[in-house]
Amino acid sequence: MRNPLSDKITTIKPSGIRKFFDIVNEMEDAISLGVGEPDFDTPWHIRDEGIYSLEKGRTFYTSNAGLKELRTEIVRYIQRTQGVSYDPMKEVLVTVGGSEAIDLALRAMVNPGDEVLIPQPSYVSYEPCAILADAVPVIIELKEENEFRLTARELQDAITDKTKILVLPFPNNPTGAIMEKRDLEEIAEVVKEKDLFVISDEIYAELTYKEKHVSIASLPGMKERTILINGFSKAYAMTGWRLGYACAPAVIMEQMIKIHQFAIMCAPTTSQYAAVEALKNGDDDVAQMRESYNQRRRYLMHAFQEMGLKCFEPYGAFYVFPCIKEFGMTSEEFAERLLREEKVAVVPGTAFGDCGEGFLRISYAYSLDNLKIAMEKIGHFISRLREEKK
Amino acid sequence: MREQILSIIEKNSRIDIKELAVILGIEEIDVANELKALEEEGVICGYHTMIDWEKTSIEKVTALIEVRITPQRGQGYDNIAERIYKYPEVNSVYLISGGYDLLVTLEGKSLKAVSSFVSDKLSTLDGVLSTATHFILKKYKDHGTILTKKYEDTREKVTP
Repeated sequence: MRNPLSDKITTIKPSGIRKFFDIVNEMEDAISLGVGEPDFDTPWHIRDEGIYSLEKGRTFYTSNAGLKELRTEIVRYIQRTQGVSYDPMKEVLVTVGGSEAIDLALRAMVNPGDEVLIPQPSYVSYEPCAILADAVPVIIELKEENEFRLTARELQDAITDKTKILVLPFPNNPTGAIMEKRDLEEIAEVVKEKDLFVISDEIYAELTYKEKHVSIASLPGMKERTILINGFSKAYAMTGWRLGYACAPAVIMEQMIKIHQFAIMCAPTTSQYAAVEALKNGDDDVAQMRESYNQRRRYLMHAFQEMGLKCFEPYGAFYVFPCIKEFGMTSEEFAERLLREEKVAVVPGTAFGDCGEGFLRISYAYSLDNLKIAMEKIGHFISRLREEKK
Repeated sequence: MREQILSIIEKNSRIDIKELAVILGIEEIDVANELKALEEEGVICGYHTMIDWEKTSIEKVTALIEVRITPQRGQGYDNIAERIYKYPEVNSVYLISGGYDLLVTLEGKSLKAVSSFVSDKLSTLDGVLSTATHFILKKYKDHGTILTKKYEDTREKVTP
């Protein structure tokens, strides 16, 4: 029999998280801090709208780009949070999660051989999606001493004649890093000078604990160069509804919609009705969840300080990214021993790029009580490691 | 800060000052002072424990009683409300808008104990026109806490 597979797909490594997932799953009573989704249920009024839409028989396809009402609400939301105006009819697309939007944006924009700059550590899908789109992913390794922000210098150094796109994943999963307005301004200058486009993945935009999130699309001259990606998963605790969106200049959006139209048709109708309610009446829920995350974030930073575990203070998403280099182990070894010996699951930093070596991703999408138990165990574990080293 | 402290201790009055300071990112001394002020001003009126008596072997009956009364000149409803709330078995007394005046919640050892309180004490008070007693059969949710189901984390254990 012939090889049934494409060469391209077989060269792509499966997600590094998968392997770890299998080990954790064998263990019945492990405490996991490995989850990349909120612990809150979707607020009831949002679920209720979803249910109501089913009761009313709203069970058909929507238009390819998504319900007009939802696109209008998205435009209003971006307008009031970022001060950027998009045309709901031509510049907005409702997608199956933010991840579909990432895939679409890359496929709509790159030609074979174009280079796509991907800062890492970052979410696992940018690199494979770039490869699937026949682009050449070029990794920019972010540094702890810069609080894992992307600097203009790092960007400049990575640009070649073939560079076309910069992926900008902030607030960041797994580091929790954010980019503030002045950081973005420096990046925007380089982007404009070198005539690049930006895919700005802002799925954690609502979860920042310093200043409010600023989108690079809001900077002068950047709207026409930016594909702004966001969604409902993290802000409204709606991961399972699979709903995200992209806002982009009409000329790019037109092509993204084409791919979406043929590959997906439209995002789930029930989810779209629920999302309208989320945008209309969900601000208080978001504020409450944000406050809870912030309390847990402060608790973790304090716990690490007491343990003497080095960790830069992250101001976004719901992750902390402590450094474990002092123990002389790889992230994977550390995570595996922590799991076997203390039954606490965290994700090795390397799951998000090679430069995540020496770090762990710890999620605080867990109750304070849960985090307390886990921190006690991690505390035991590292004091044991320090004893061993003596 | 006030609102945040209150919203946390409303759910968990056992949280210690040190932890409150950590999760709110403020100094311990400031938390302590604020709590003291809140107590002195009577904003914090007590620290109670939520108990689901159903799960114990102790028999308890809770009743909601709607009370219609005649307001008194110069006193309004306050006098009668006071006469009612002084009974130790009375849990709460609210003045209500709508079809009746006072909503009284009451905890008793048995149906009989509650009924005799209503017939002997409450309905015989001067100014009480009528009462309607509702017994609580099951508590699903109380003080914002769901009593019938335990939280279960149904997420996948590790996700990107």
